[in-house]
Amino acid sequence: MCLAVPGKVLEVEERDGSRVARVEFGGITRLVQLDLVPEARVGDYVITHVGFAISRLDAEEADRTLRILKAMGLLESEERGAP
Amino acid sequence: MKYIDEYRDERIARALVADLARRVTRPWLLMEICGGQTHTLMRYGIDELIPPQITLVHGPGCPVCVTPLEAIDKAIQIASRPEVIFVSYGDMLRVPGSRSDLVQARAAGGDVRVVYSPLEALKIARAHPERQVVFFGIGFETTAPANAMAVLHAQRQGLRNFSMLVSHVLVPPAIRLLLSSPQNRVQGFIAPGHVCTVMGYREYEALSREFHVPIVVGGFEPVDLLEAISLLVAQLEEGRAETENQYARSVTREGNLQAQAIMERVFEVCDRKWRGIGLIPRSGLRLRPEFAAHDAEKVFQLEELTAEEPAECLSAQVLQGLKKPTDCPAFGRRCTPAMPLGAPMVSAEGACAAYYLYRRQAVAP
Ligand code: SF4
Repeated sequence: MCLAVPGKVLEVEERDGSRVARVEFGGITRLVQLDLVPEARVGDYVITHVGFAISRLDAEEADRTLRILKAMGLLESEERGAP
Repeated sequence: MKYIDEYRDERIARALVADLARRVTRPWLLMEICGGQTHTLMRYGIDELIPPQITLVHGPGCPVCVTPLEAIDKAIQIASRPEVIFVSYGDMLRVPGSRSDLVQARAAGGDVRVVYSPLEALKIARAHPERQVVFFGIGFETTAPANAMAVLHAQRQGLRNFSMLVSHVLVPPAIRLLLSSPQNRVQGFIAPGHVCTVMGYREYEALSREFHVPIVVGGFEPVDLLEAISLLVAQLEEGRAETENQYARSVTREGNLQAQAIMERVFEVCDRKWRGIGLIPRSGLRLRPEFAAHDAEKVFQLEELTAEEPAECLSAQVLQGLKKPTDCPAFGRRCTPAMPLGAPMVSAEGACAAYYLYRRQAVAP
């Protein structure tokens, strides 16, 4: 029920007085309301739930933690002698 | 998909498991609150991957599971009226009420439709000005701003034939109840990442302080959950009890202030009965009086009902992490997703349904 997925904002437009974005989710595009995340811009990733963006993904934060996690994964495989 | 695939990386997951095995010295019992997280844990077999000292129990974070029987019965009453188009998220349709469910109401002639967004309900209302369109507004804090926004859109568009049957619930009062119970065994919580995306995590910091319990806001992919478990175990092993944020790519301490303001404008906090658990003070949201024209409870004269669960269903203990679904004698026998006895068997996020999908072999037929 609280399922929410990240997608990339391709386009932003006004519709019936609210901001709506065309957002791509792994090849599929859907219209997403930006009422709750008015700061979202083209190129941002937004996390979307029941047709509404609920957050703008913090790309810097995501890259930083992923780098740490990936380093951990590499180290671990080296220790185990795996590729 | 970017920001999903990386968090399913097997190498990272293995490293996190190894790290966990090095850290853990004693048995610990952890609870993930959110049913979406329960689903990921079962689907990827994370409960079987982690060191055996760590036990995961599953929390009440499945809105479909905790929506009270009475609300389902009201929904069925409304959906059975000839002038009504009843609109709902799909999961609610097969949840048993005290006598029937919304699927049966539809079979009996009720116009019941499934949507994935509340805005589609508004569209239906615009297309059918001669009918009353009622949307079943359920969910946690994640969903409340979207449902609130739909009410605001309806008001702005002057839609007089749109109303909402609201049965929203809030997570922190339920955690407080679990922690206050003398039966509580949970030593650390994974807090729901999308609820906290909206609300931030200050309320959880207060719970950590008051009950001296570690809480980690977690995401929904396997790597997220393993990292959250790892952070919890580190705190427990070191004797710390803080709220930490694993899901920082989406969650900030303050949350989404715009979404909170919209919720606040449309809804007010009220006491709410949780299915399987009972009344929890100040744990629900209802529409503010100024939105009475869009409040299905005001628009329709509804019988007040109280209803009881089938005695056989252990959902109360399952939802509070006291029992595992496989402890229920009806599990997989008299209770299956095709013929659910209790709500946790309906939604894929319900603990019973998640076990049925991924752990059925654990019980002998
Ligand atoms: S298996 Fe079915 S009857 Fe048993 S607790 Fe779960 S929902 Fe209730």
